[in-house]
Amino acid sequence: MKNLIILGAGTAGTMVANKLRPKLNTSEWNILLVDEDETHYYQPGFLFIPFEIYQPNDVIKPKRRFLPDGVELIIGKIDRVEAAENQVKLFDGRQLNYDYLVIATGTHPRPEETPGLEGEAWGDTVHDFYTFEGAVALADKLKNWPGGRMVVTIMEFPFKCPVAPLEFIFLADSYFTQKGMRDQVELTLATPLPGAFTKPVAEKHLSQMLADRDIKVVPDFYTEMVDTDTNVVMSYDEEEIPYDLLVTIPVNMGADFVDRSGLGDELNHVKVDKETFLSPHYNNIFALGDAAALPTSKAGSVAHFAVDIFTENFLEHIAGRPMTHRFDGHANCFIESGYGKGILIDFNYDVEPLPGKFPLPGIGPFELLTETRMNHWGKMAFRWIYWNLLLKGRPIPMVPAEMKMAGKELELIST
Amino acid sequence: MTTKEIAGKTIHFDDSGFMADAKEWNNEVAVELAAEIGINPLTEMHWQVIEFCRQDFLANGDAPNVRRITKQAGIPTKQLYKLFPKGPAKKAAYVSGLKKPTGCI
Repeated sequence: MKNLIILGAGTAGTMVANKLRPKLNTSEWNILLVDEDETHYYQPGFLFIPFEIYQPNDVIKPKRRFLPDGVELIIGKIDRVEAAENQVKLFDGRQLNYDYLVIATGTHPRPEETPGLEGEAWGDTVHDFYTFEGAVALADKLKNWPGGRMVVTIMEFPFKCPVAPLEFIFLADSYFTQKGMRDQVELTLATPLPGAFTKPVAEKHLSQMLADRDIKVVPDFYTEMVDTDTNVVMSYDEEEIPYDLLVTIPVNMGADFVDRSGLGDELNHVKVDKETFLSPHYNNIFALGDAAALPTSKAGSVAHFAVDIFTENFLEHIAGRPMTHRFDGHANCFIESGYGKGILIDFNYDVEPLPGKFPLPGIGPFELLTETRMNHWGKMAFRWIYWNLLLKGRPIPMVPAEMKMAGKELELIST
Repeated sequence: MTTKEIAGKTIHFDDSGFMADAKEWNNEVAVELAAEIGINPLTEMHWQVIEFCRQDFLANGDAPNVRRITKQAGIPTKQLYKLFPKGPAKKAAYVSGLKKPTGCI
């Protein structure tokens, strides 16, 4: 018997198990899935919890419900991968031998990486919405918040779902407007990147949205520390942003065992080939989803497209044939923009988000880089698609793994 | 896409105003690009950062972020900000002839 071990039963790991189980003969292959806990979180839904658009129960389901027969779920904390010995060690002493390993343990917010962030103010004047607990605590806070300066800070790049901070601040604008208190709230987004939008076509189409909503952007702001006594965020070049309510996107890092196993970069993301996800050092280790260090977004849609490519390649690889499929970095993300509207973006390693129609060229029904009600409904429908199609490895109609240029409008930007 | 004469060479710039082709870069180009954004002269420490950024870009296809530069090139963040004030990742990428560090959108 051969062992395929998948570390992490999140979006990518669950999809891999579902895609490969029917393709690997059960008399030849065991598939083991290792994770720390039994609950699957619909992470795109965290964004909606602070604004009471979703309730906490909308985003949690048991992991086992999404696993096919013939996949063993092992609950345990991973100590390390001994890559030279093809072995995974758990903290409880269990040792699991593999023939092939897929690392899909994601990336997670690390507030402790920013001095001052974790402390008595955490959960009071300092919040996050990238964790279930954080999103629920922020919903509680916003219910009775009297208004003031709400500052959203991105601590480091890359972080998962890179459009979520924008969505959060758009939804905050919409939420406070509906509560009749928008004039009592100042909204500021601070980012270490050169702007809220950094791609020329997106900037041209969307930057007005921030001005229209009276959202202030502080670009090139790299946070050194947060002073929770005086309620000020300080940057390395000694700029200061005062706040009444700070919503942070903490530094994101991959799992610590990645570092202990010598497989990661400085943020514990696993170094792999960007087209095949194979480790450059070990011919039987792959990394997928947010856990992988890839020059595209860390997002469920990327994991979804990546797993399609990986499945085909993996079957070739174990048969001793060259891998013939290449991942193009395809990502497809709805951006909620408040007031019942949304934007859709579709891009890859080489092509930035462009305007146009999706998925049917010239028809849609979704419009790229444009705010529409239909895009919002697409985002809302995605939760059903996620639980019922995506996680189970079923195809999503008309959305191929490889990005298509058809339907996109090429623009020349001159500066 | 625009072109400019820099250090006797025709250099192509992308829509963000960053060098479009890292291969057109050389040390003389770096000196002029740095001077243009107020960094003059380029010290040994500057070159250490520039060399790391170029190597990393060639290996990974992306300009490195601040954390990556500080951890891998061994330069404390405060020092990096003194070398390339107000946005060191962006400025180091500019002087190194690399694409602007960007998000997905």
